[in-house]
Amino acid sequence: MLAKRIIPCLDVRDGKVVKGVNFEGIKEVGDPVECAAEYDRQGADEIVFYDITASHEGRGVILDVVRETAKKVFVPLTVGGGIATVDDIRDTLRAGADKVSVNSQAVKNPQLIKDGADIFGSQCICVGIDAKAISPNKWTVYINGGRIDMGIDLIDWVKKIEQLGAGEICLNSIDTDGVRGGFDIPMLKAVVDAVKIPVIASGGAGKLGDFADAFIKTDCSAALAASLFHFRELTVGQVKDDCRSKGINVR
Amino acid sequence: MTAIVDYGAGNIFSVKNALDHLGIESKLTSEVSELEAADRIILPGVGAFPAAMEMLRKSGLVDTIKAQAKVKPLLGICLGMQLLFDRSYEFEECEGLGLIGGHVDRIDDPGLVIPHMGWNKLVYNHSCPLFDGLDESYVYFVHSYKAFTDDSSLYAYCEYGSRVAAVVGDGKFVYGCQFHPEKSGSAGLKMLSNFCAL
Repeated sequence: MLAKRIIPCLDVRDGKVVKGVNFEGIKEVGDPVECAAEYDRQGADEIVFYDITASHEGRGVILDVVRETAKKVFVPLTVGGGIATVDDIRDTLRAGADKVSVNSQAVKNPQLIKDGADIFGSQCICVGIDAKAISPNKWTVYINGGRIDMGIDLIDWVKKIEQLGAGEICLNSIDTDGVRGGFDIPMLKAVVDAVKIPVIASGGAGKLGDFADAFIKTDCSAALAASLFHFRELTVGQVKDDCRSKGINVR
Repeated sequence: MTAIVDYGAGNIFSVKNALDHLGIESKLTSEVSELEAADRIILPGVGAFPAAMEMLRKSGLVDTIKAQAKVKPLLGICLGMQLLFDRSYEFEECEGLGLIGGHVDRIDDPGLVIPHMGWNKLVYNHSCPLFDGLDESYVYFVHSYKAFTDDSSLYAYCEYGSRVAAVVGDGKFVYGCQFHPEKSGSAGLKMLSNFCAL
C-alpha cells in the first residue's frame, strides 16, 4: 500500500535556511545541506527547498545547495520559488532536483505547466497554490507569497492545472498558514475531490496530531511543514509514530 | 566499471550520485565501445516511452543494449525498466527492447490517484540477488504506466489498486525496477550495490 508522505520544507535565502517568524525578522537557522541530511535521518519522505532569495544574482546559490544535497541525500528533492521559465526548470532538474514547484509564475503563465510537463514529464511538475476563503467552501488563488488576490476560483484552477499536465499539487492555505491550528481541512477536501493527481497539504501544522488529522479527514497524499520541524518542536519520526498509532500507513 | 546509458532521458545524475556515494566506479556514456567494455549497464529514464525509444534509436544503441543484455547484467530503472518489455501503449503502440516478455499500459483504475507517486512496500514474489540483505522494503515510485508480465518474470510487486510490477527480470542477466532505487533511501542504495556486485 502506498504510504502517506511527511515532507519537511526548508525556506532558503541566499543559500541559508531561514524561517520568517514574521516578515521583518527572518532569522538564519542553518546550513541547508546539513538540515536536509538531518531530515533524511529522521525519515523524511521527500525534502522541499523553497527559495525566497529576492535578487536575481542570488538565484544560482539554490542550485549549488541542490547539487550538494543530491550527493548526500537519496530521497526525492523538490525546489520551489522563483521558477519562471522552461530554462529555470531544466537548470533545477539538472542540478539534481526531482521536481520543481511552480506557483505565481504558473498563474501568470499557465503554459509553463504544459511546456514543463511536455518536455520533462508530469512527474516533475508540482504546482504550488496559495489560496484563501472568500466564503464558506469558496476560495480564490493568490500570488506573490499570498499578497495578491487573482480572483481565480480555486477549484477551477486545480482542474485546469491537472489538464495542463501537472503531476502534483502543493496546496497552501493562507487562512491557516502560521496559525498552527491544523491544516485547512475543508479546502483540502474540496481540492482532493476535484482532481486525480496527488495533493500535498500545507499550512497550519502546529501540533503532533494535525498530520494524522489531515490523513483521516481527507484523501490527501502528503503533508508538509516547515517551522515545526525546523525549530525541532517535532521530528519527522514522531509525526510518523503518531500516524502509525492511528492506523495510517507511513514508511 | 558500471556504464550508465546517457541517451538524453532523465535522472542520470541521480544514479551517478548514488553510485559515487557507494564508492562504485561508473561512467555516463552513449558510446557503443564503452557499453561493450563495461562490466554491467544501467538504463535510466523518465518521461514518455515512444520518445525514449526514439532517443535510444537515434543514439544507435538499441542493438548494442540488446546484445550486451545477453552477456552482462543490465538494470533498467523506471522508464528504463519499461523499455525492457516487448511493447508499450503509452500514447501509441510502440515496440520496446523485447528483453522481457510483456507489455506496458496505463494504470487504469478510476478510484486511484495517478501518478502512483510515493513510497510503497515491496512484496517479494521470487528470490533475486538484488534483495540480498535488504532491511527495509519501502521504495519510491513515480509513474502512471505499469508493466504486465508473466509470474516467472515478476520478482517483486507492490499493491496499488491491483498488483504493480516493481522488480522484474528475465531469469538471467536482465533486471528492471519500476521504482527509483537512487531515490529510495537505504533500501535503494542496497539494491544498487547488490546489482553492482553481479
